[in-house]
Amino acid sequence: MRKIISTPRWMRKSLPRTVQYLILSIATILIFVPIVILIFGSLKTTGQMYTHPYDFPYPAHWDNIISILKTADFWLMMRNSIIVMVSTTTLTVLICAMVSFVLARMEFRGKNLVFNLFTLGMMFPINVAILPVYFVLLQMERLGIHMIDNLVAVILVQTAFQLSTNIMILRTFFVAVPRELQDAAYIDGCTNFDFFWQIMLPLVKPSLAAVAALVMIASWNDLLVPLVVLNSNNLWTLPLGTMQFQGQYGQDLALISAFVALSSIPTIIFYFFAEKQIVSGLTAGAVKG
Amino acid sequence: MTTFTSLRNALSPGKNAGELKKTKTRDKLFIFLFLLPALLLFVTFVVYPIFRSVYFSTFKWTGLGEATNNIGLTNYTKIFTDVIFLRAVKNVLIIIVLSLAIQLPLALILAVLVGRDLPGRGVFRTIFFLPYVLSEVNAAIMWSLLFNASPERGLLNAIVVGLGFQPIGWVSDTSVVMISIFMVLTWKYFGFHMLLFLTGLQNIPTEIEEAARMDGANSFQNFFHITLPLLAGTIRTSVYMSVLGSIQQFIVVWVLTGGGPIDASVTMATYMYKYAFVRHQFGYGSAVAIIMFILCVIFSLIYQALTRKPDYLSGQ
Repeated sequence: MRKIISTPRWMRKSLPRTVQYLILSIATILIFVPIVILIFGSLKTTGQMYTHPYDFPYPAHWDNIISILKTADFWLMMRNSIIVMVSTTTLTVLICAMVSFVLARMEFRGKNLVFNLFTLGMMFPINVAILPVYFVLLQMERLGIHMIDNLVAVILVQTAFQLSTNIMILRTFFVAVPRELQDAAYIDGCTNFDFFWQIMLPLVKPSLAAVAALVMIASWNDLLVPLVVLNSNNLWTLPLGTMQFQGQYGQDLALISAFVALSSIPTIIFYFFAEKQIVSGLTAGAVKG
Repeated sequence: MTTFTSLRNALSPGKNAGELKKTKTRDKLFIFLFLLPALLLFVTFVVYPIFRSVYFSTFKWTGLGEATNNIGLTNYTKIFTDVIFLRAVKNVLIIIVLSLAIQLPLALILAVLVGRDLPGRGVFRTIFFLPYVLSEVNAAIMWSLLFNASPERGLLNAIVVGLGFQPIGWVSDTSVVMISIFMVLTWKYFGFHMLLFLTGLQNIPTEIEEAARMDGANSFQNFFHITLPLLAGTIRTSVYMSVLGSIQQFIVVWVLTGGGPIDASVTMATYMYKYAFVRHQFGYGSAVAIIMFILCVIFSLIYQALTRKPDYLSGQ
């Protein structure tokens, strides 16, 4: 691990710690304002929201939260989001690990072509590609492959657009495993698959976790693919449902606050548990990729 | 267990050519099978759609039935003469310029402040990065509460009125709306850039800065002549991510304003979405998608050409 390097003396001297903390605290407050206002709002009645919109909610009013938690729709959305997130993440991690392994560890004709093909994907982000992708889904539907209004389509499209970045991230980790290990394994009679499955994957487990954490967040927060692919409201994912909910109850700010707060909680909990993985994945992707 | 690696064969020269060939075939099969799922998904949902879209971009087509009315490049000429599209390009440029001029320097300053050994630096990093993991939909809705035009309901206008000014139409005033969107984008994304800068700072050996100081460099000289040049690689990555993100900006704008009022906050992505999925002009929408794709490719190629320059630290 990298050793912690102390702040250079010039930096320490020119800015007293108190000033540092002061500026950082102001930034912290600015970060928290929208979140705190939201939480306050989620614990108020609609009336309070209009008369005292940004006061501390006292006494706390849990009715909005409870009524949302009691609706089947909310849990249905939660279920759909979890199905999509788990499937997309599993597929992406597995497929990316396979490609990265081959690209990092095997020699074959056309290797550069495959590599360049996947780098192309980074220049074609989903926000740009959504209409072209929709055409293909329509075409598949016409050929009898059920894609429109199907969670499977959401999973496949999300996975396809996660490939490029994550292959690039994982490849650097696979390359870093010493060559001698591979030679030794093969001499001991390992097949390619054994080497991949029993030696490589356990070795790069932390980077697999990092990639998984990134994909989970991207999939959980994705709005565009579900928005375009799904019509039936029993298939909506949380972000899509949140947007539709806002459209429907636009005037009831307290209820919307409660809904948004509730749908943010899973992300925040996940963030506190997986911060290390998220950070290492992002910096690996950005710095090395 | 049977073994079939070329290495094994190379180590045992007694084996005949037939077995070596078998090994090669098995290796090829393995590579093929491992690449297959990714290639299938990638070609179906990323590569093929590009061609399909280029094709449809030459049609006037509403998505119903077959596309038969080929109008050549008319869609493209229409796009480039549409005032709204030009405004979308201008708005994207505004986001890019503001991001590079304000958001990135802000992230850099905060990264330097958090520094390397400030007690509690981990806590600050966690807090500043939190907005990045929240969904864009939720971020946009949170901010729409703050942007509420009535000073009795929206916190921002309460502050503005409290300071003795007229309330501001954060998302209803055509001249302010882009600033409001930029505020949300900064809130959501500066933590990501700060994280990159923190990692970059960590890679700079303190010795270099100490040495410069010994030679009499003051703090500012040290920052501008040592820290900043050594961070060049990280800054380039940050700029790249920021520009590419701005070109495709969609959800925050769509949820917050829908591109309005009267198209004042339209971006290329909301323009495409509106033509394709609201007005069902699929041919026209395709042409917009292709233009955006070409912009992304051109920008990426320019970036790659520029970053070929050696990096001071890694020497690559």
